[in-house]
Amino acid sequence: MTANFLTIDAVRSALQERRLTATALTESYFAKIEKQDGEIGAYVTLSKERALNKAAAVDELAAKGDPLPPLAGVPVGIKDVMVTRGVRTTAGSKMLGNYIPPYDCTAVARMEAAGVVVLGKLNCDEFAMGSSNENSAWRPVHNPRDLGRVPGGSSGGAAAAVAAEMAVAALGSDTGGSIRQPASFCGIVGLKPTYGRVSRYGLIAFASSLDHIGPMTKTVRDAAILLQTIAGSDPMDSTSHPATVPDYVAGIEQPVRGLRIGVAQEYFGEGLNHEVRIAVEAAIQKLAALGCEIVKVSLPHTQYAVPTYYIVATAEASSNLARFDGVRYGYRAEARTLSGMYRKTRDQGFGMEVKRRIMLGTYVLSAGYYDAYYLKAQKVRTLLARDFDDAFTKVDAIVTPTTPTAAFKLGEKSDDPLAMYLADIYTVTADLAGIPAISIPCGETKEKLPIGLQILGKHFDEVTILQLADAYEKAA
Amino acid sequence: MKVTEKEVAHVAGLANLELTAEESARMLHDLNAILSYIDRLNQMETANVQPLAQAPGLMIPGEAADDCARDDIEGGLRKSLPREEALENAPASDGTFFRVPKVIER
Repeated sequence: MTANFLTIDAVRSALQERRLTATALTESYFAKIEKQDGEIGAYVTLSKERALNKAAAVDELAAKGDPLPPLAGVPVGIKDVMVTRGVRTTAGSKMLGNYIPPYDCTAVARMEAAGVVVLGKLNCDEFAMGSSNENSAWRPVHNPRDLGRVPGGSSGGAAAAVAAEMAVAALGSDTGGSIRQPASFCGIVGLKPTYGRVSRYGLIAFASSLDHIGPMTKTVRDAAILLQTIAGSDPMDSTSHPATVPDYVAGIEQPVRGLRIGVAQEYFGEGLNHEVRIAVEAAIQKLAALGCEIVKVSLPHTQYAVPTYYIVATAEASSNLARFDGVRYGYRAEARTLSGMYRKTRDQGFGMEVKRRIMLGTYVLSAGYYDAYYLKAQKVRTLLARDFDDAFTKVDAIVTPTTPTAAFKLGEKSDDPLAMYLADIYTVTADLAGIPAISIPCGETKEKLPIGLQILGKHFDEVTILQLADAYEKAA
Repeated sequence: MKVTEKEVAHVAGLANLELTAEESARMLHDLNAILSYIDRLNQMETANVQPLAQAPGLMIPGEAADDCARDDIEGGLRKSLPREEALENAPASDGTFFRVPKVIER
């Protein structure tokens, strides 16, 4: 029943024409997960009851011949950092091992209102902190393309589930590259929208000024459909933006001829793997052949992006994660005193990488170091954002590699936090500047590992990057 | 700047983390490695640059920040979570309040 390459449109037409029932489709996905996920580890929790109830409701509509909602019966997975009412949500942490949220994340609620079937919650690095999914408190995720390699992180379970056909699509989150980097490593499409485009309500906070929710899909068109569903302001998130949501699906059909594409040498420097460079350069040639104008641009502060990111992100994380104290929900370690209980709870509940980031964040915010680190980083963040403002006066989009290398091996970087942080070198800039960015597959290495092409756009101009990505995908 | 053992202990205290001796040693090593990498930011002159706390995407032309504020809604935006639901995830409660170890030491 499960086709090898099922898109949202394919599901909808099969259901509408009664060639398939949502219940049968949902059951076939659970069977597939049962069979395959033992060796991949993409799912943390399955929400069978919720999924089958939803599927039955879709089937009832279809049986009546009523028009189906846009995402009717589409089986999706949700990264386990978005809360789901009544369905355990762990953020990949022992701290939330038994947490049953009393409310739904806005993006998930909007997806369900549009008809999707939520199969379950997808594995990730603890509190979305990591680039390999090895920081999950439950188990690492294996890359479906090569089980000895990481799927990327932190949305590793989401990327692996989509790549292994254990979900038609997924929602991930991206703070420093956590949608795009795993999408690149697993050979799928990952879109990080503009900051404020999608409500963060119900996304367990890592770094509030950098956190984004976005789609992870098999095709660019599916990413456009999901963005259409989840975008738009939300009274529950004051940073969600009131700007009108355009028609993304219609937008991708526009011709790309004449669009100006920026190429920045700063993204092709030291550390870029040769095979990745060749593939990305070939993709740029392909876009030129489609009639785009290739323009050299400069983003001179790029080399400062990773240090800036690790100050801003950890500072915000140290504040956001202060709420985990064993009092109101989550893990509690027993102790005789209140302060002892706080400390033991946090020591036992958090994994090493989370503690490392809380320590770094607390340090850069502490008396005597605030100006030297945190304030400095905020100023450099201004310069990084200005780089993009300047470049976008000359071009409509910027094309780069998504990551400097293809997927690395499990254990390869897990003992060296700094080496792991450098895996995000091309992705953190879009989070810091708040601009939209998409990663799409652009070939493979000799070892058959996927390579990702990143397209960066202007604030609130997801249409242009989707349009370019769609044109490339069709031409490739 | 080099972090000392004493600072690691101080920062762990600020963050309410109780680190084992092994974790403290690892933390000392890792923080120094990361901070020495981060120090490259000091190469840059930023005296006349404004800090950026929030992604600039929120400030598109013609959309003043206060346009984001909603009108007051009588009775609040939504009802609070019922007490039973709010306590459902509590590690310890007496049905009305969260229970914690004694706060005041004798």
